[in-house]
Amino acid sequence: MADIAISVDNVSKMYRLGEVGTGTISHDLNRWFHRIRGKEDPYLKLGEENKRDAKGGDYVWALKDVSFDVTEGQVLGIIGKNGAGKSTLLKLLSRVTAPTTGIIKARGRIASLLEVGTGFHPELTGRENIFLNGAILGMTKSEIRSKFDEIVDFSGVARYVDTPVKRYSSGMYVRLAFAVAAFLEPEILIVDEVLAVGDAEFQKKCLGRMKDVSQNDGRTVLFVSHNMGAIKNLCHKTLVMKHGRVEALEDTPTAIERYLSSDSDVDRYVRWSRDERPGDNTVRLNSIRILNASGDTEKALTSSDEIHIEISYEVLEDVKDLRVTNSLMGFDGEHIFSTSDFNYYNDSRVREKGQYVSVLTIPAKMLNLSRYYISVDIEIPSAKSIVQSALVAFNIEELIYNEMGMLIAAKPPGQIHPVLNWKVERVK
Amino acid sequence: MSKQSNDWSLVIEPKQSLLDINLKEIWRYRDLVMLLVKRDFVAFYKQTVLGPLWFAIQPILTTAVYVLLFNRVANISTEGAPPILFQMAGITCWMYFSEVLLKTSDTFITNASIFGKVYFPRIVIPVSIVLSSMIRLGIQLALFFCVWAYYYFFTDSNVQVTWAALLFPVLIVLMGLQGLGLGILISSLTSKYRDLKYLLTFGIQLLQFTTTVAYPLSAATGNARDLIGYHPFTAILETFRFGFLGSGQFYSGFFIYSVIMTFVFLIAGILVFNRVEKTFMDTV
Repeated sequence: MADIAISVDNVSKMYRLGEVGTGTISHDLNRWFHRIRGKEDPYLKLGEENKRDAKGGDYVWALKDVSFDVTEGQVLGIIGKNGAGKSTLLKLLSRVTAPTTGIIKARGRIASLLEVGTGFHPELTGRENIFLNGAILGMTKSEIRSKFDEIVDFSGVARYVDTPVKRYSSGMYVRLAFAVAAFLEPEILIVDEVLAVGDAEFQKKCLGRMKDVSQNDGRTVLFVSHNMGAIKNLCHKTLVMKHGRVEALEDTPTAIERYLSSDSDVDRYVRWSRDERPGDNTVRLNSIRILNASGDTEKALTSSDEIHIEISYEVLEDVKDLRVTNSLMGFDGEHIFSTSDFNYYNDSRVREKGQYVSVLTIPAKMLNLSRYYISVDIEIPSAKSIVQSALVAFNIEELIYNEMGMLIAAKPPGQIHPVLNWKVERVK
Repeated sequence: MSKQSNDWSLVIEPKQSLLDINLKEIWRYRDLVMLLVKRDFVAFYKQTVLGPLWFAIQPILTTAVYVLLFNRVANISTEGAPPILFQMAGITCWMYFSEVLLKTSDTFITNASIFGKVYFPRIVIPVSIVLSSMIRLGIQLALFFCVWAYYYFFTDSNVQVTWAALLFPVLIVLMGLQGLGLGILISSLTSKYRDLKYLLTFGIQLLQFTTTVAYPLSAATGNARDLIGYHPFTAILETFRFGFLGSGQFYSGFFIYSVIMTFVFLIAGILVFNRVEKTFMDTV
């Protein structure tokens, strides 16, 4: 049996909600008073399960009784909805903050990539930042020096290496930052969705590098992502988290299926309240709707109807080169295709301030009798990612055309079931 | 399992004992300390024409104003030392102390974005501040000694070097450690409640005027003299001037007091810092 690289034992983390101010000092004093008398922290009992929409007290458990082991050389995926505790778990593992209770033990150096370019100073040159960032991530000067050429090569910014990074385009900045991280050589690497940045080509390069690190060098990797494709590609096993607890630790395909199908909140119509809209100060996502041919979100979808995916968003400042991407996934998370509206806005590619809808039409006679997910991403290619993996789901409940020749038969095999052209003739 | 179950190289727990300082780990991060020092120094004068000269301009202008204010207008004695030299000595030492104090007291708040993403021993940041301020101090001391040499060799003013000049390295270390100790103490105490931070921003001026930066201790009498003497920085300033200018005297009682206070601040600072660094991200 392989050695355990990380052992997480009964770890919980409590957060206090609300602001720190005069109100909190009485709790702090009370806690201190209990401690000096050797009693238990009275507020630990008050912790509640972390459900964002439910009203409740001031204390929540971002993580509750989390236990699992990771063996050496394993690539473990971590998935779960926003607020499930993934990031908190990574923060504890990377020692950014300490657990409230429980213990984590590890063998070997842990390096965490919760963000790329941590500590980059805009006034310093690319070269100086490579050294500084490398040292912040835990490398020594000589380690960095020996990898310097490879880092510059990987980032593809060789020409600008002696220019202050404030003059870099945001794409170059990210490339350089990731390159430093990619050449870290810890025994355990923790990665949080940093791959959401950069253009497709660079993302591919990054994924390739991660695969390299785990397979050829035998390092242990923990990888948090909303990108089921990447998880499927990289991870042997996957941890599914829900409301701060571990729901399952199992083989990746099973885990992804569990994650997607257990998600009863994922629906044909997802709408965010004004304060909770995903996005940033350029674009905010309002809602995503899956409509049938007559513009309805309730009636069952059939394979003979067109399906419209309507993404409604607000552009808060004029923005160039915006891209709204839809990825269609099967019930098990298998990525079927991706498509974007990049080429369908006007020629100048500037979207001025205002409310927008982007609508994708999936033609009739295309899908199978199955459950599908649409993952919506909004980004500016090679600059920034604005919305990541907002999910909606829908079922095709009736299959009108069965190309396999049976009228009301069981579901034909395959992720999709398009009606294509056949020509049959006698040639001789 | 082939390995012993107790050979973990890293254990993450809720709370540690108070005095658990991992010196080996800090040593492993020495390159980071040096790179941070370099960053602070280089970033300061990027895109300036005069570059590091700015480090010298500050004490020159301050000295000019102080000489005008305290010696020409208020006519406070300098115990026979040339006023320019007298003020410059005080200002150079004080600027080092106050810079270390102000910058380290901001450790958690200004570095929250880095601390929130990466682990490294947090103490690395204040240590690098002490060192990078020392570079600045070096430049300012060089300036001071140029002026000093001019007075010592080319004028017949009353400048004498005494045995206390041998304490010079001790004095520099004391200034740095005192600033560091107080600074990390304040930064740890302000990571949750910011109140103390506001006290410091104006308190630093009060601290300056209650110690002998611009006047000699002998200018005060009675209770006032004792009060000023018990300012932990006073003996350092007085000893520095006594060593290089020959003005005033060596107050052995106040000096020992100052050394003790420096270590009290430092130990208290490290203890509290150590306690706070693990979870301050939740409250900062």
